[in-house]
Amino acid sequence: MDDAARIAGIVAAHRGREGPLLPILHDVQAAFGHVSEAAIRIIAHDLNLSRAEVHGVVSFYHDFTPAPDPRPAIKLCRAEACQARGAEALVSTLPAQDKVRIETVYCLGLCSVGPNAMIDGRPHARLDAARLAALVDGLA
Amino acid sequence: MTVVRISDDSLAIACGADAVAAAFAAAGCAVERVSSWGMHWLEPLAEIDGQGFGPLTAADVAAVLAGSSDKAIGPVAEHPFLARQQRFTFSRAGKTRPLSLEDYAQSGGWSGLRAADLMTPEAIIEAVTASGLRGRGGAGFPTGIKWKTVADAASNPKYIVCNADEGDSGTFADRMVMEGDPFMLIEGLAIAGLAVGAGRGYVYIRSEYPHAIAKMQAAIAASADLIAPFEIEVRVGAGAYVCGEETSLLNSLEGKRGEVRAKPPLPALEGLFGKPTVVNNVLTLAAVPFILANGPQAYADVGFGRSRGTMPVQLAGNIRHGGLFETGFGITLGELVNEIGGGTASGRPVRAVQVGGPLGAYHPPSDFAVPIDYESFAAADGLIGHAGITVFDDSADMAMQARFAMAFCAAESCGKCTPCRIGSTRGVELIDRIRAGAGRAADAVETLPQMRNARKAPRTVAEDVALLEDLCETMKFGSLCALGGFTPYPVLSALKHWPEHFGVMEAAE
Repeated sequence: MDDAARIAGIVAAHRGREGPLLPILHDVQAAFGHVSEAAIRIIAHDLNLSRAEVHGVVSFYHDFTPAPDPRPAIKLCRAEACQARGAEALVSTLPAQDKVRIETVYCLGLCSVGPNAMIDGRPHARLDAARLAALVDGLA
Repeated sequence: MTVVRISDDSLAIACGADAVAAAFAAAGCAVERVSSWGMHWLEPLAEIDGQGFGPLTAADVAAVLAGSSDKAIGPVAEHPFLARQQRFTFSRAGKTRPLSLEDYAQSGGWSGLRAADLMTPEAIIEAVTASGLRGRGGAGFPTGIKWKTVADAASNPKYIVCNADEGDSGTFADRMVMEGDPFMLIEGLAIAGLAVGAGRGYVYIRSEYPHAIAKMQAAIAASADLIAPFEIEVRVGAGAYVCGEETSLLNSLEGKRGEVRAKPPLPALEGLFGKPTVVNNVLTLAAVPFILANGPQAYADVGFGRSRGTMPVQLAGNIRHGGLFETGFGITLGELVNEIGGGTASGRPVRAVQVGGPLGAYHPPSDFAVPIDYESFAAADGLIGHAGITVFDDSADMAMQARFAMAFCAAESCGKCTPCRIGSTRGVELIDRIRAGAGRAADAVETLPQMRNARKAPRTVAEDVALLEDLCETMKFGSLCALGGFTPYPVLSALKHWPEHFGVMEAAE
């Protein structure tokens, strides 16, 4: 099945729901790693929205990206509770590398055991420089 | 066979609970995965015949089973951290398997919904009003009045929306409810549906909480018959902090940009898809089954002033005994931080305590006598918010924390209103300039001849401080929602209590 048919299938699966756009975009992002211009055209057409409306939604939310980035990602929390437990100092220990994408998130809800990170939905707490470096090495 | 109870809460998993559970299973034990007691410094915590052991690693398992472990903490339920609490919303925490309908029913589950089934909608709303329950998301609006507004609205259909977009740093009680006791939240939603005449509920959960999303979806599927004809659906956020604001959340649910709406119209009258909508926080809805099951008076008997019932306080940041502490309103900030929390994890003196998430004020230890109560915190130039308490030790640079508050607002602003969208960026620039201590000269544009009203003289640091205060005033009263409106709390409190961190010697009043 080509990409256009897969996207059309995702749209069709959600179209009957109330407010289907976010669930559609989540599925497209999960399937392709990004929401492309071509996907926006198909979604807009099938939902009877303008491309601008769909583009506006895609660009508003941090979870939807316009281009794919195949590198594995580590989401590192840098919100206040993790700052209070040394997250900023931890960030400065990260070695320069480009095999792993280091993303900033604001809060994983593990605020009493920070600094925290999440990799592919799996949370990691009580990070120090050595443990974080091991996590990054494990992904690279 | 020895039964070992270990939490499957994402915090326990983050601390290594899965490896500990696997080690117990390999040693021939029956492992039960239960909710978390909320004693986070002890996670992963194992419970065997009521005796607790933590924090464990897989290497400790042999010693625990041999009875020689130095990680023993005695009977878990009698731990001083738990003994001081009054748990209404978290009464099952640590005791039940989150997705077990059997455990839920045996621990008093569904009795609130059964009671509500026998009542008229008016009587349910009357009970919630009499309990004194106020919105736990931060604004503290009386829940019964909100429900009555929706019930009395003429338009149909009506919706229940549960705000589970718990984006505030230092808060995790919503996550613990959804991961630890999802049926209680479902019961609360179903009761709200009966009360206002809504047939459908949405739970909007942030995408940073994959475990909570999975648990809620599984719990909704398992309990669908029990709450029918009421239907609940989980919707997943997409990484926008501002979607925790109720009108922005509604736009997001509708599939739009998560921009804030002007109020009025109130969501209670024109909410989701323009229909009357109850938007309640997780903790608000989770408190409802207790109120219906035990009567409003049992809830209202606890509390302080106009803040009735209990508040699940979240102890976070640099604190020795972090975790969930549910207690009646009225406990002081100092008791929470020093007596219960045990001071900082680093062992250094407490410098500041931020109450209420990124939009809450920074309080110095001199505020420790303030009781946890909506009105008392307002009088102390702060807010309770979602009752997250983030402790900082004396290594914190409070000017940098103020700068972060502005930078966070700039990053997360929805862009709808000017004070928040532009004010936050100007705020970052101003704080940088104040910290540099140099003041500034008029710039190229200001000196153009046609800029007749622009100031030509250089600005001093003191004038920049006054400008920052003025900017905060504008954001506070000119923003549409709490993101721009409350960002001045951390900024001004830091400036007021720690002017020396900004390089300003006397307190800026």
